[in-house]
Amino acid sequence: MRPAIPFDVDRVREDFPILKQKVHGKTLVYLDNAATTQKPQGVIDALERYYRTENANIHRGVHYLSELATAEFEETRTQVKHFINAREVREILFVRGTTEAINLVAQTFGRVQVKKDDEIVLSEMEHHSNIVPWQILCQEKGARLRVIPMNDAGELILDEFKKLLSKKTKLVAIAHVSNALGTINPIKKIIERAHRHGIPVLVDGAQAVAHLKIDVQDLDCEFYAFSGHKMYGPTGIGVLYGKAKLLEEMPPYQGGGDMISAVTFEKTLYNVIPYKFEAGTPDIAGVIGLGAAIDFIQSIGIENMGQHEEALLKEATKSLSQVPRLRLIGTAREKAAVLNFVMEGIHPHDIGTIVDQEGVAIRTGHHCAMPVMQHFGVPATARASFGVYNTFEEIEALVKALKKVWEVFG
Amino acid sequence: MSELSELYQQVILDHNRNPQNFHRPAGANQTAEGYNPLCGDKITVYLRVHGETIQEIGFEGSGCAISKASGSLMTTIINGKTIKQTQSLSKKFQEMVTCDLNIPPPSDMGKLIVFAGVREFPMRVKCATLAWHTLNAALEGKKETVSTEKPEE
Repeated sequence: MRPAIPFDVDRVREDFPILKQKVHGKTLVYLDNAATTQKPQGVIDALERYYRTENANIHRGVHYLSELATAEFEETRTQVKHFINAREVREILFVRGTTEAINLVAQTFGRVQVKKDDEIVLSEMEHHSNIVPWQILCQEKGARLRVIPMNDAGELILDEFKKLLSKKTKLVAIAHVSNALGTINPIKKIIERAHRHGIPVLVDGAQAVAHLKIDVQDLDCEFYAFSGHKMYGPTGIGVLYGKAKLLEEMPPYQGGGDMISAVTFEKTLYNVIPYKFEAGTPDIAGVIGLGAAIDFIQSIGIENMGQHEEALLKEATKSLSQVPRLRLIGTAREKAAVLNFVMEGIHPHDIGTIVDQEGVAIRTGHHCAMPVMQHFGVPATARASFGVYNTFEEIEALVKALKKVWEVFG
Repeated sequence: MSELSELYQQVILDHNRNPQNFHRPAGANQTAEGYNPLCGDKITVYLRVHGETIQEIGFEGSGCAISKASGSLMTTIINGKTIKQTQSLSKKFQEMVTCDLNIPPPSDMGKLIVFAGVREFPMRVKCATLAWHTLNAALEGKKETVSTEKPEE
């Protein structure tokens, strides 16, 4: 029996114009939400309204439009503060996305704090964007990465994590939810453990924000990074949360306009946080669109979204297990609605092409997590990931499309 | 024929299931490795070249049906051909899988014509050409792995 869902998914779908279109003559079934989510009308309207009626540069103009744009931009910062329950508005930095957020921390906090022979602890299931920035830093400093291993269900082995922490550890950088496996990591425990050694923690929240309630004060992490486009907002905008005390101590990231308070050719006085880290004209429309995305999430309720997705995950796991010779990769007890799988003897790209012809959009490849692929001994996988607008009928469509794969390959 | 059955023709499915010359030939004297980082396809092409002639060709690796079948069919056609013939065929193959959908594929492609359907799937062109890129690299004696994500020239 299907579980009762606490909201009307058909009404949610009404909000997403893109879902009404046909692909290869079939109704679009969009199951690539871990890559990016679709955008509700409210977000599309916000972007249009900004460019149509409010476009102006922020923070410096005294004219009407500039004041309007500045107000809306800064209101969104406050909205983000409430959304993740930060202590202060100035702890919210706007960046291009999770990748830039992590690079920012690596190039500012990291460059000052990490020295020769120091260590940065991350996990085997990290996205490349939470590996490579640290690798670059380590190469520069002569430091090294230590990796928390995972078991074959795709769960971190916490006993091993504890052993990795030492006086050399300068930071723990960890995904809240794995993009490749769906695993929800016990980050609160991880943070607590790291803090016992006085080690700060950065959380890559890219895959978590649209599915779980985030409370950075409760988590007590030093940094939390996420992207707008994976939470129904525009591409090109993201957030780095950082504890004010740390942000104040950190050197600036990029130099330019907005991040200064006074410039002469001899010396520059930097602006206060968060502006110290926001050089140049930001993606104003993107920020306003992000605000609309938060409105969208709050209008439904993140808990309701999470419940709906959990029901989808349960059903999809059951349905996919019935597809012949299909192996699920990533079977953690605590999981987000991500199903990663391989089919015996068939390359994921062939799966992707065939189901696409049925209108079903899934991701195939290494999902920017090559170490995960290496752990499971596969070059690539297929991944179906669910969002708030997905339905049980779409799970059936996926299963039907996967059966088509066996028809072709027989 | 639907676009899908145009792509996955029976010949391609057969070669995927039972790839021909799927080994390292004895006495191979030229070899190259190819890699498509986007999908993780890996292929090694082995050649036994004598003078201007490719006396024997084999390949190994892992990849999708299109890349595996392309490698397999390639080896069945190249065996015994001269280097010059091979290079010209490789160029024609590349042209066939990337040419405009409105123009008919060349008529003199022989068995390789089954890959004309790849044109409908731009994301899969690199799967079909990986083996041929790797073959070119083996002929040119390239030491480093050729990647579909690096410009050839």
